[in-house]
Amino acid sequence: MNGITHHSQVWTYRSPRQRLLLWGGWLALVALFVWCWQVMTRDTIWAFVNDAPTQAADIGGRMFPPRLSYLPELLLPLWDTLNIATLGTIGGVLMAVPVAFLAARNTTPSVHVLRPAALFIIVASRSINSLIWALLLVAIIGPGLLAGIVAIALRSIGFVGKLLYEAIEETDASQIEAVTATGASAAQVISYGIVPQIMPAFWGISVFRWDINIRESAILGLVGAGGIGLKLQASLNVLAWPQVTMILIVILGTVVLSEWISARMRHALI
Amino acid sequence: MRAVYPTTWRRPPQIVRDRRWRIVLQLGILLYLVLAVGSVEVDWARVSAGLERGQRFILGFLQPDFSSRWRDISQGLVESLTMTLTSTVVGVAVSLPIGIGAARNLAPRGIYVICRGIIAVSRALQEIIIAIFLVAMFGFGPFAGFLTLSFATIGFIAKLLADDIEEIDEAQAEAIRATGASWGQLINYAIEPQVMPRLIGLSLYRLDINFRESAVIGIVGAGGIGATLNTAIDRYEYDSAGAILLIVIGIVMVAEYSSSSLRKHLQ
Repeated sequence: MNGITHHSQVWTYRSPRQRLLLWGGWLALVALFVWCWQVMTRDTIWAFVNDAPTQAADIGGRMFPPRLSYLPELLLPLWDTLNIATLGTIGGVLMAVPVAFLAARNTTPSVHVLRPAALFIIVASRSINSLIWALLLVAIIGPGLLAGIVAIALRSIGFVGKLLYEAIEETDASQIEAVTATGASAAQVISYGIVPQIMPAFWGISVFRWDINIRESAILGLVGAGGIGLKLQASLNVLAWPQVTMILIVILGTVVLSEWISARMRHALI
Repeated sequence: MRAVYPTTWRRPPQIVRDRRWRIVLQLGILLYLVLAVGSVEVDWARVSAGLERGQRFILGFLQPDFSSRWRDISQGLVESLTMTLTSTVVGVAVSLPIGIGAARNLAPRGIYVICRGIIAVSRALQEIIIAIFLVAMFGFGPFAGFLTLSFATIGFIAKLLADDIEEIDEAQAEAIRATGASWGQLINYAIEPQVMPRLIGLSLYRLDINFRESAVIGIVGAGGIGATLNTAIDRYEYDSAGAILLIVIGIVMVAEYSSSSLRKHLQ
Protein backbone atom coordinates (compact mmCIF):
# COMPACT_ATOMS: atom_id res chain seq x y z
CA MET A 1 0.00 0.00 0.00
CA ASN A 2 1.65 3.25 -1.06
CA GLY A 3 -0.18 6.57 -0.97
CA ILE A 4 -3.71 6.96 -2.18
CA THR A 5 -4.83 4.16 -4.40
CA HIS A 6 -8.00 3.53 -6.27
CA HIS A 7 -10.56 1.78 -4.15
CA SER A 8 -12.87 -0.67 -5.78
CA GLN A 9 -16.52 -0.50 -4.80
CA VAL A 10 -16.72 -4.23 -4.33
CA TRP A 11 -14.68 -5.75 -1.52
CA THR A 12 -12.80 -8.88 -2.46
CA TYR A 13 -10.84 -11.14 -0.21
CA ARG A 14 -7.67 -11.21 -2.34
CA SER A 15 -5.99 -8.88 -4.83
CA PRO A 16 -6.14 -9.86 -8.53
CA ARG A 17 -2.47 -10.84 -8.47
CA GLN A 18 -3.02 -13.13 -5.49
CA ARG A 19 -6.02 -14.67 -7.18
CA LEU A 20 -4.03 -15.36 -10.33
CA LEU A 21 -1.21 -16.95 -8.35
CA LEU A 22 -3.66 -19.04 -6.37
CA TRP A 23 -5.41 -20.19 -9.50
CA GLY A 24 -2.10 -21.04 -11.14
CA GLY A 25 -1.04 -23.00 -8.07
CA TRP A 26 -4.23 -25.03 -8.05
CA LEU A 27 -3.93 -25.66 -11.78
CA ALA A 28 -0.37 -26.92 -11.33
CA LEU A 29 -1.44 -29.19 -8.48
CA VAL A 30 -4.33 -30.66 -10.47
CA ALA A 31 -2.13 -31.16 -13.54
CA LEU A 32 0.52 -32.86 -11.43
CA PHE A 33 -2.11 -35.05 -9.81
CA VAL A 34 -3.57 -36.14 -13.14
CA TRP A 35 -0.13 -36.88 -14.54
CA CYS A 36 0.87 -38.89 -11.46
CA TRP A 37 -2.42 -40.74 -11.55
CA GLN A 38 -1.83 -41.79 -15.14
CA VAL A 39 1.73 -42.91 -14.47
CA MET A 40 0.65 -44.82 -11.38
CA THR A 41 -2.29 -46.65 -12.92
CA ARG A 42 -0.50 -47.54 -16.16
CA ASP A 43 -0.10 -51.16 -15.09
CA THR A 44 -3.24 -51.48 -13.02
CA ILE A 45 -5.49 -54.36 -13.99
CA TRP A 46 -8.92 -52.76 -13.80
CA ALA A 47 -10.71 -56.10 -13.86
CA PHE A 48 -9.33 -56.78 -10.37
CA VAL A 49 -10.33 -53.33 -9.18
CA ASN A 50 -13.89 -53.68 -10.47
CA ASP A 51 -14.03 -57.06 -8.83
CA ALA A 52 -13.17 -55.59 -5.41
CA PRO A 53 -16.71 -55.34 -3.93
CA THR A 54 -17.33 -59.04 -4.48
CA GLN A 55 -13.91 -59.87 -3.04
CA ALA A 56 -14.61 -57.64 -0.05
CA ALA A 57 -17.98 -59.30 0.55
CA ASP A 58 -16.35 -62.71 0.22
CA ILE A 59 -13.55 -61.99 2.70
CA GLY A 60 -15.94 -60.23 5.05
CA GLY A 61 -18.23 -63.27 4.97
CA ARG A 62 -15.36 -65.58 5.81
CA MET A 63 -14.04 -63.40 8.62
CA PHE A 64 -17.11 -63.68 10.81
CA PRO A 65 -17.58 -64.99 13.38
CA PRO A 66 -14.05 -64.70 14.86
CA ARG A 67 -12.65 -67.95 16.20
CA LEU A 68 -12.70 -67.43 19.96
CA SER A 69 -11.10 -70.79 20.73
CA TYR A 70 -7.90 -69.44 19.11
CA LEU A 71 -7.43 -66.95 21.93
CA PRO A 72 -5.35 -69.16 24.33
CA GLU A 73 -2.82 -69.77 21.57
CA LEU A 74 -2.39 -66.01 21.18
CA LEU A 75 -1.40 -65.22 24.75
CA LEU A 76 2.24 -66.26 24.48
CA PRO A 77 2.82 -64.34 21.20
CA LEU A 78 1.13 -61.36 22.84
CA TRP A 79 3.58 -61.51 25.77
CA ASP A 80 6.40 -61.71 23.20
CA THR A 81 5.01 -58.67 21.39
CA LEU A 82 4.87 -56.67 24.62
CA ASN A 83 8.45 -57.70 25.37
CA ILE A 84 9.63 -56.65 21.92
CA ALA A 85 8.05 -53.24 22.41
CA THR A 86 9.26 -52.71 25.97
CA LEU A 87 12.80 -54.04 25.66
CA GLY A 88 13.15 -52.35 22.27
CA THR A 89 12.05 -49.03 23.77
CA ILE A 90 14.52 -49.38 26.64
CA GLY A 91 17.36 -50.18 24.22
CA GLY A 92 16.38 -47.36 21.88
CA VAL A 93 16.17 -44.80 24.68
CA LEU A 94 19.56 -45.85 26.07
CA MET A 95 21.14 -45.30 22.65
CA ALA A 96 19.16 -42.13 21.95
CA VAL A 97 20.29 -40.20 25.05
CA PRO A 98 23.96 -39.76 24.05
CA VAL A 99 22.92 -39.04 20.47
CA ALA A 100 20.54 -36.33 21.70
CA PHE A 101 23.25 -34.69 23.82
CA LEU A 102 25.60 -34.74 20.83
CA ALA A 103 22.92 -33.26 18.57
CA ALA A 104 21.72 -30.46 20.85
CA ARG A 105 23.35 -27.17 19.95
CA ASN A 106 24.02 -26.19 23.59
CA THR A 107 25.60 -29.45 24.74
CA THR A 108 27.39 -30.80 21.68
CA PRO A 109 31.17 -31.01 22.08
CA SER A 110 31.81 -30.20 18.42
CA VAL A 111 29.44 -28.30 16.18
CA HIS A 112 31.14 -29.21 12.92
CA VAL A 113 31.83 -32.94 13.28
CA LEU A 114 29.78 -34.68 15.96
CA ARG A 115 26.58 -32.66 15.60
CA PRO A 116 26.05 -33.42 11.87
CA ALA A 117 26.94 -37.06 12.56
CA ALA A 118 24.37 -37.26 15.34
CA LEU A 119 21.77 -35.54 13.15
CA PHE A 120 22.47 -38.04 10.38
CA ILE A 121 21.94 -40.95 12.79
CA ILE A 122 18.62 -39.42 13.80
CA VAL A 123 17.44 -38.88 10.21
CA ALA A 124 18.59 -42.32 9.05
CA SER A 125 16.83 -44.01 11.93
CA ARG A 126 13.66 -41.99 11.41
CA SER A 127 13.38 -42.44 7.68
CA ILE A 128 13.57 -46.22 7.77
CA ASN A 129 10.46 -47.85 9.14
CA SER A 130 10.81 -50.50 11.84
CA LEU A 131 9.43 -53.11 9.45
CA ILE A 132 12.33 -52.49 7.07
CA TRP A 133 14.79 -52.61 9.96
CA ALA A 134 13.21 -55.92 10.91
CA LEU A 135 13.46 -57.19 7.33
CA LEU A 136 17.19 -56.44 7.32
CA LEU A 137 17.80 -57.83 10.80
CA VAL A 138 15.90 -61.04 10.14
CA ALA A 139 18.18 -61.58 7.16
CA ILE A 140 21.25 -60.82 9.26
CA ILE A 141 20.71 -62.29 12.74
CA GLY A 142 17.94 -64.72 11.91
CA PRO A 143 14.22 -64.79 12.66
CA GLY A 144 13.09 -64.38 16.24
CA LEU A 145 12.46 -61.95 19.04
CA LEU A 146 15.97 -60.52 19.05
CA ALA A 147 15.61 -59.17 15.49
CA GLY A 148 12.35 -57.51 16.51
CA ILE A 149 13.84 -55.96 19.64
CA VAL A 150 16.84 -54.58 17.76
CA ALA A 151 14.60 -53.28 14.95
CA ILE A 152 12.35 -51.45 17.42
CA ALA A 153 15.39 -50.08 19.25
CA LEU A 154 17.03 -48.79 16.07
CA ARG A 155 13.82 -47.14 14.94
CA SER A 156 13.28 -45.53 18.34
CA ILE A 157 16.68 -43.81 18.37
CA GLY A 158 15.62 -41.26 15.78
CA PHE A 159 12.26 -40.45 17.32
CA VAL A 160 13.45 -40.19 20.93
CA GLY A 161 16.72 -38.53 19.89
CA LYS A 162 14.98 -35.81 17.88
CA LEU A 163 12.41 -34.91 20.51
CA LEU A 164 14.96 -35.11 23.30
CA TYR A 165 17.53 -32.89 21.60
CA GLU A 166 14.82 -30.30 20.94
CA ALA A 167 13.95 -30.46 24.64
CA ILE A 168 17.61 -29.99 25.55
CA GLU A 169 17.87 -26.97 23.26
CA GLU A 170 14.79 -25.45 24.88
CA THR A 171 16.17 -25.64 28.43
CA ASP A 172 16.32 -22.45 30.46
CA ALA A 173 19.84 -21.06 30.05
CA SER A 174 19.80 -19.10 33.30
CA GLN A 175 19.59 -22.25 35.43
CA ILE A 176 22.52 -23.73 33.57
CA GLU A 177 24.45 -20.50 34.05
CA ALA A 178 23.68 -20.56 37.77
CA VAL A 179 25.07 -24.08 38.09
CA THR A 180 28.10 -23.14 36.00
CA ALA A 181 28.73 -20.10 38.24
CA THR A 182 29.21 -22.39 41.26
CA GLY A 183 32.28 -23.82 39.53
CA ALA A 184 30.62 -27.05 38.45
CA SER A 185 32.36 -29.29 35.94
CA ALA A 186 30.75 -30.03 32.56
CA ALA A 187 29.35 -33.32 33.83
CA GLN A 188 27.92 -31.63 36.90
CA VAL A 189 26.33 -28.93 34.75
CA ILE A 190 24.58 -31.62 32.74
CA SER A 191 23.58 -33.54 35.85
CA TYR A 192 22.29 -30.59 37.91
CA GLY A 193 21.46 -27.96 35.28
CA ILE A 194 20.07 -29.82 32.30
CA VAL A 195 18.84 -33.24 33.43
CA PRO A 196 16.27 -31.95 35.96
CA GLN A 197 14.85 -29.68 33.27
CA ILE A 198 14.43 -32.38 30.62
CA MET A 199 13.31 -35.17 32.96
CA PRO A 200 9.52 -34.74 32.46
CA ALA A 201 10.00 -34.45 28.69
CA PHE A 202 12.23 -37.52 28.73
CA TRP A 203 9.67 -39.73 30.47
CA GLY A 204 6.86 -38.34 28.37
CA ILE A 205 8.74 -39.07 25.12
CA SER A 206 9.72 -42.56 26.28
CA VAL A 207 6.19 -43.54 27.21
CA PHE A 208 4.87 -42.07 23.97
CA ARG A 209 7.39 -44.07 21.96
CA TRP A 210 6.55 -47.21 23.95
CA ASP A 211 2.93 -46.75 22.93
CA ILE A 212 3.91 -46.42 19.26
CA ASN A 213 6.23 -49.41 19.55
CA ILE A 214 3.40 -51.63 20.80
CA ARG A 215 1.59 -50.92 17.53
CA GLU A 216 4.66 -51.51 15.43
CA SER A 217 5.79 -54.67 17.21
CA ALA A 218 2.40 -56.23 16.57
CA ILE A 219 3.14 -56.42 12.85
CA LEU A 220 6.88 -57.16 12.92
CA GLY A 221 6.07 -60.88 12.79
CA LEU A 222 4.97 -60.43 9.17
CA VAL A 223 8.64 -60.46 8.20
CA GLY A 224 9.59 -63.09 10.78
CA ALA A 225 10.63 -60.99 13.75
CA GLY A 226 8.49 -62.72 16.37
CA GLY A 227 5.38 -61.77 18.31
CA ILE A 228 1.74 -61.89 17.38
CA GLY A 229 2.51 -60.90 13.79
CA LEU A 230 3.90 -64.40 13.22
CA LYS A 231 0.48 -65.84 14.03
CA LEU A 232 -1.10 -63.28 11.70
CA GLN A 233 1.22 -64.26 8.89
CA ALA A 234 0.59 -67.96 9.50
CA SER A 235 -3.19 -67.47 9.52
CA LEU A 236 -3.08 -65.34 6.36
CA ASN A 237 -0.99 -67.94 4.59
CA VAL A 238 -3.56 -70.66 5.18
CA LEU A 239 -6.44 -68.21 4.56
CA ALA A 240 -7.85 -68.86 8.04
CA TRP A 241 -9.90 -65.67 8.09
CA PRO A 242 -11.74 -66.30 11.42
CA GLN A 243 -8.32 -66.54 13.10
CA VAL A 244 -7.22 -63.32 11.36
CA THR A 245 -10.25 -61.53 12.81
CA MET A 246 -9.43 -62.85 16.29
CA ILE A 247 -5.81 -61.66 15.99
CA LEU A 248 -6.93 -58.23 14.77
CA ILE A 249 -9.29 -57.94 17.74
CA VAL A 250 -6.47 -58.83 20.14
CA ILE A 251 -4.10 -56.31 18.47
CA LEU A 252 -6.76 -53.60 18.52
CA GLY A 253 -7.49 -54.25 22.21
CA THR A 254 -3.79 -54.10 23.10
CA VAL A 255 -3.30 -50.89 21.14
CA VAL A 256 -6.28 -49.18 22.77
CA LEU A 257 -5.14 -50.31 26.23
CA SER A 258 -1.55 -49.15 25.70
CA GLU A 259 -2.76 -45.82 24.35
CA TRP A 260 -4.89 -45.36 27.46
CA ILE A 261 -2.00 -46.28 29.76
CA SER A 262 0.40 -43.94 27.97
CA ALA A 263 -2.11 -41.08 28.00
CA ARG A 264 -2.63 -41.54 31.77
CA MET A 265 1.09 -41.72 32.45
CA ARG A 266 1.91 -38.68 30.36
CA HIS A 267 -0.92 -36.80 32.05
CA ALA A 268 0.54 -37.69 35.44
CA LEU A 269 4.06 -36.72 34.37
CA ILE A 270 3.57 -33.41 32.60
CA MET B 1 12.32 -25.73 69.18
CA ARG B 2 15.48 -26.12 67.23
CA ALA B 3 15.25 -28.16 64.10
CA VAL B 4 18.24 -30.30 63.23
CA TYR B 5 19.53 -29.05 59.96
CA PRO B 6 20.96 -31.69 57.65
CA THR B 7 24.57 -31.04 56.79
CA THR B 8 24.52 -32.74 53.40
CA TRP B 9 22.18 -32.03 50.54
CA ARG B 10 20.48 -34.77 48.59
CA ARG B 11 18.82 -34.18 45.30
CA PRO B 12 15.05 -34.49 45.77
CA PRO B 13 13.26 -37.03 43.55
CA GLN B 14 11.45 -35.51 40.60
CA ILE B 15 8.93 -38.06 39.44
CA VAL B 16 7.72 -40.33 42.26
CA ARG B 17 7.96 -38.49 45.56
CA ASP B 18 6.94 -41.25 47.99
CA ARG B 19 9.91 -43.42 48.93
CA ARG B 20 7.89 -46.65 49.38
CA TRP B 21 6.30 -46.25 45.96
CA ARG B 22 9.73 -45.76 44.42
CA ILE B 23 11.00 -49.02 45.91
CA VAL B 24 7.90 -50.94 44.81
CA LEU B 25 8.22 -49.50 41.31
CA GLN B 26 11.91 -50.32 41.05
CA LEU B 27 11.35 -53.89 42.26
CA GLY B 28 8.47 -54.30 39.82
CA ILE B 29 10.56 -53.07 36.91
CA LEU B 30 13.41 -55.37 37.91
CA LEU B 31 11.07 -58.38 38.14
CA TYR B 32 9.57 -57.59 34.73
CA LEU B 33 13.00 -57.23 33.13
CA VAL B 34 14.13 -60.59 34.52
CA LEU B 35 10.98 -62.29 33.24
CA ALA B 36 11.08 -60.56 29.86
CA VAL B 37 14.75 -61.10 29.17
CA GLY B 38 14.36 -64.70 30.33
CA SER B 39 11.64 -65.35 27.77
CA VAL B 40 13.73 -64.11 24.84
CA GLU B 41 15.33 -67.09 23.22
CA VAL B 42 18.42 -66.22 21.26
CA ASP B 43 20.18 -68.66 18.99
CA TRP B 44 23.70 -67.30 19.39
CA ALA B 45 25.13 -69.70 16.81
CA ARG B 46 22.73 -68.26 14.24
CA VAL B 47 23.58 -64.71 15.31
CA SER B 48 27.32 -65.22 14.97
CA ALA B 49 26.78 -66.92 11.61
CA GLY B 50 24.71 -63.93 10.55
CA LEU B 51 27.32 -61.37 11.56
CA GLU B 52 29.27 -62.17 8.42
CA ARG B 53 26.15 -61.35 6.45
CA GLY B 54 25.77 -58.17 8.47
CA GLN B 55 29.27 -57.23 7.50
CA ARG B 56 28.41 -57.76 3.84
CA PHE B 57 25.35 -55.60 4.32
CA ILE B 58 27.39 -52.79 5.84
CA LEU B 59 29.86 -53.10 2.98
CA GLY B 60 26.93 -52.95 0.55
CA PHE B 61 25.73 -49.83 2.34
CA LEU B 62 29.17 -48.24 1.97
CA GLN B 63 29.50 -49.27 -1.67
CA PRO B 64 25.94 -49.09 -2.91
CA ASP B 65 25.20 -50.53 -6.32
CA PHE B 66 22.83 -48.18 -8.09
CA SER B 67 23.37 -49.42 -11.61
CA SER B 68 22.75 -53.15 -11.96
CA ARG B 69 19.13 -53.03 -10.75
CA TRP B 70 18.49 -49.44 -11.81
CA ARG B 71 15.47 -50.36 -13.93
CA ASP B 72 13.70 -51.99 -10.97
CA ILE B 73 14.76 -49.24 -8.60
CA SER B 74 13.59 -46.42 -10.85
CA GLN B 75 10.27 -48.14 -11.48
CA GLY B 76 9.77 -48.64 -7.74
CA LEU B 77 10.65 -45.01 -7.10
CA VAL B 78 8.22 -43.73 -9.73
CA GLU B 79 5.48 -45.90 -8.24
CA SER B 80 6.28 -44.70 -4.72
CA LEU B 81 6.42 -41.02 -5.65
CA THR B 82 3.24 -41.02 -7.74
CA MET B 83 1.47 -43.08 -5.07
CA THR B 84 2.58 -40.58 -2.42
CA LEU B 85 1.29 -37.53 -4.29
CA THR B 86 -2.04 -38.96 -5.46
CA SER B 87 -2.85 -40.49 -2.09
CA THR B 88 -2.03 -37.27 -0.24
CA VAL B 89 -4.21 -35.19 -2.60
CA VAL B 90 -7.14 -37.60 -2.44
CA GLY B 91 -6.70 -38.20 1.29
CA VAL B 92 -6.67 -34.48 2.09
CA ALA B 93 -9.65 -33.84 -0.22
CA VAL B 94 -11.66 -36.54 1.55
CA SER B 95 -10.58 -35.45 5.01
CA LEU B 96 -11.82 -31.87 4.51
CA PRO B 97 -15.54 -32.69 4.82
CA ILE B 98 -14.83 -35.32 7.49
CA GLY B 99 -12.67 -32.90 9.46
CA ILE B 100 -15.34 -30.19 9.30
CA GLY B 101 -17.94 -32.77 10.29
CA ALA B 102 -15.84 -33.87 13.25
CA ALA B 103 -15.54 -30.36 14.69
CA ARG B 104 -17.91 -30.02 17.63
CA ASN B 105 -18.53 -26.31 17.07
CA LEU B 106 -19.67 -26.68 13.43
CA ALA B 107 -21.43 -30.00 13.02
CA PRO B 108 -24.64 -31.34 14.53
CA ARG B 109 -24.29 -34.13 17.08
CA GLY B 110 -25.14 -37.04 14.75
CA ILE B 111 -22.65 -36.08 12.03
CA TYR B 112 -20.01 -35.37 14.70
CA VAL B 113 -20.27 -38.92 16.06
CA ILE B 114 -20.13 -40.51 12.60
CA CYS B 115 -17.09 -38.48 11.50
CA ARG B 116 -15.21 -39.11 14.76
CA GLY B 117 -15.98 -42.80 14.27
CA ILE B 118 -14.43 -42.79 10.79
CA ILE B 119 -11.34 -41.06 12.17
CA ALA B 120 -11.02 -43.54 15.04
CA VAL B 121 -11.22 -46.53 12.69
CA SER B 122 -8.65 -45.06 10.32
CA ARG B 123 -6.23 -44.28 13.15
CA ALA B 124 -6.59 -47.55 15.00
CA LEU B 125 -5.63 -49.77 12.06
CA GLN B 126 -2.01 -50.06 11.02
CA GLU B 127 -1.23 -49.11 7.42
CA ILE B 128 0.27 -52.51 6.78
CA ILE B 129 -2.83 -54.39 7.96
CA ILE B 130 -5.05 -52.21 5.75
CA ALA B 131 -2.63 -52.88 2.90
CA ILE B 132 -2.94 -56.66 3.37
CA PHE B 133 -6.71 -56.45 2.99
CA LEU B 134 -6.68 -53.97 0.12
CA VAL B 135 -4.14 -56.05 -1.80
CA ALA B 136 -6.39 -59.07 -1.32
CA MET B 137 -9.32 -57.06 -2.70
CA PHE B 138 -7.76 -54.91 -5.42
CA GLY B 139 -4.87 -57.07 -6.56
CA PHE B 140 -1.14 -56.42 -6.35
CA GLY B 141 0.36 -53.12 -7.39
CA PRO B 142 0.43 -49.42 -6.55
CA PHE B 143 -3.35 -48.99 -6.76
CA ALA B 144 -3.83 -50.91 -3.50
CA GLY B 145 -0.99 -48.86 -2.00
CA PHE B 146 -2.66 -45.64 -3.13
CA LEU B 147 -5.90 -46.66 -1.41
CA THR B 148 -4.07 -47.66 1.77
CA LEU B 149 -2.22 -44.38 2.06
CA SER B 150 -5.35 -42.35 1.25
CA PHE B 151 -7.24 -44.14 4.00
CA ALA B 152 -4.44 -43.60 6.49
CA THR B 153 -4.22 -39.91 5.49
CA ILE B 154 -7.90 -39.41 6.35
CA GLY B 155 -7.38 -40.39 9.98
CA PHE B 156 -4.37 -38.13 10.37
CA ILE B 157 -5.50 -34.97 8.56
CA ALA B 158 -9.17 -35.09 9.54
CA LYS B 159 -8.37 -35.48 13.24
CA LEU B 160 -5.85 -32.63 13.34
CA LEU B 161 -8.10 -30.42 11.18
CA ALA B 162 -11.08 -31.07 13.44
CA ASP B 163 -9.06 -30.32 16.59
CA ASP B 164 -7.79 -27.16 14.90
CA ILE B 165 -11.29 -26.00 13.97
CA GLU B 166 -12.46 -26.62 17.53
CA GLU B 167 -9.70 -24.32 18.78
CA ILE B 168 -10.36 -21.35 16.48
CA ASP B 169 -10.97 -17.85 17.74
CA GLU B 170 -14.75 -17.80 18.24
CA ALA B 171 -14.91 -14.01 18.04
CA GLN B 172 -14.15 -14.02 14.31
CA ALA B 173 -16.79 -16.65 13.63
CA GLU B 174 -19.24 -14.63 15.73
CA ALA B 175 -18.48 -11.47 13.73
CA ILE B 176 -19.07 -13.20 10.42
CA ARG B 177 -22.25 -14.81 11.75
CA ALA B 178 -23.48 -11.38 12.88
CA THR B 179 -23.37 -10.12 9.28
CA GLY B 180 -26.00 -12.72 8.41
CA ALA B 181 -23.62 -15.06 6.61
CA SER B 182 -24.77 -18.50 5.59
CA TRP B 183 -23.05 -21.66 6.85
CA GLY B 184 -20.95 -21.89 3.66
CA GLN B 185 -19.86 -18.25 3.99
CA LEU B 186 -19.02 -18.86 7.64
CA ILE B 187 -16.66 -21.68 6.63
CA ASN B 188 -15.17 -19.63 3.84
CA TYR B 189 -14.56 -16.33 5.64
CA ALA B 190 -14.27 -17.24 9.34
CA ILE B 191 -12.88 -20.77 9.54
CA GLU B 192 -10.77 -21.17 6.40
CA PRO B 193 -8.42 -18.18 6.95
CA GLN B 194 -7.71 -19.39 10.49
CA VAL B 195 -6.95 -23.02 9.74
CA MET B 196 -5.55 -22.83 6.18
CA PRO B 197 -1.85 -22.23 7.01
CA ARG B 198 -1.83 -25.13 9.42
CA LEU B 199 -3.76 -27.36 7.01
CA ILE B 200 -1.19 -26.73 4.29
CA GLY B 201 1.58 -27.46 6.76
CA LEU B 202 -0.06 -30.69 7.85
CA SER B 203 -0.61 -31.77 4.25
CA LEU B 204 3.07 -31.27 3.48
CA TYR B 205 3.97 -33.21 6.59
CA ARG B 206 1.63 -36.02 5.57
CA LEU B 207 3.24 -36.06 2.11
CA ASP B 208 6.46 -36.80 3.93
CA ILE B 209 4.92 -39.58 6.02
CA ASN B 210 3.20 -41.11 3.01
CA PHE B 211 6.49 -41.42 1.17
CA ARG B 212 8.05 -43.15 4.16
CA GLU B 213 5.07 -45.47 4.46
CA SER B 214 5.08 -46.21 0.74
CA ALA B 215 8.47 -47.81 1.29
CA VAL B 216 6.90 -50.23 3.75
CA ILE B 217 3.58 -51.33 2.31
CA GLY B 218 5.39 -52.74 -0.72
CA ILE B 219 6.49 -55.60 1.52
CA VAL B 220 2.96 -57.00 1.49
CA GLY B 221 2.53 -56.43 -2.25
CA ALA B 222 1.19 -52.90 -2.51
CA GLY B 223 3.81 -51.69 -5.00
CA GLY B 224 6.41 -48.99 -4.67
CA ILE B 225 10.03 -48.98 -3.59
CA GLY B 226 9.26 -51.36 -0.70
CA ALA B 227 8.58 -54.18 -3.14
CA THR B 228 11.93 -53.56 -4.85
CA LEU B 229 13.68 -53.48 -1.48
CA ASN B 230 12.03 -56.70 -0.38
CA THR B 231 13.13 -58.42 -3.58
CA ALA B 232 16.69 -57.14 -3.19
CA ILE B 233 16.94 -58.47 0.36
CA ASP B 234 15.37 -61.79 -0.61
CA ARG B 235 18.03 -62.16 -3.30
CA TYR B 236 20.77 -61.26 -0.77
CA GLU B 237 21.76 -58.35 -3.02
CA TYR B 238 22.81 -56.12 -0.15
CA ASP B 239 24.54 -53.58 -2.38
CA SER B 240 21.27 -52.91 -4.24
CA ALA B 241 19.37 -52.86 -0.93
CA GLY B 242 21.91 -50.35 0.40
CA ALA B 243 21.39 -48.18 -2.67
CA ILE B 244 17.62 -48.25 -2.20
CA LEU B 245 17.87 -47.36 1.47
CA LEU B 246 20.23 -44.49 0.69
CA ILE B 247 17.82 -43.15 -1.92
CA VAL B 248 14.93 -43.38 0.55
CA ILE B 249 16.93 -41.60 3.25
CA GLY B 250 17.98 -38.94 0.75
CA ILE B 251 14.45 -38.25 -0.46
CA VAL B 252 13.10 -38.20 3.10
CA MET B 253 15.81 -35.72 4.11
CA VAL B 254 15.10 -33.44 1.14
CA ALA B 255 11.35 -33.67 1.74
CA GLU B 256 11.74 -32.98 5.44
CA TYR B 257 13.95 -29.93 5.01
CA SER B 258 11.91 -28.44 2.17
CA SER B 259 8.59 -29.07 3.89
CA SER B 260 9.77 -27.62 7.19
CA SER B 261 11.20 -24.52 5.51
CA LEU B 262 8.01 -24.15 3.45
CA ARG B 263 5.95 -24.48 6.63
CA LYS B 264 8.03 -21.80 8.36
CA HIS B 265 7.53 -19.56 5.34
CA LEU B 266 3.75 -20.10 5.43
CA GLN B 267 3.17 -19.59 9.13
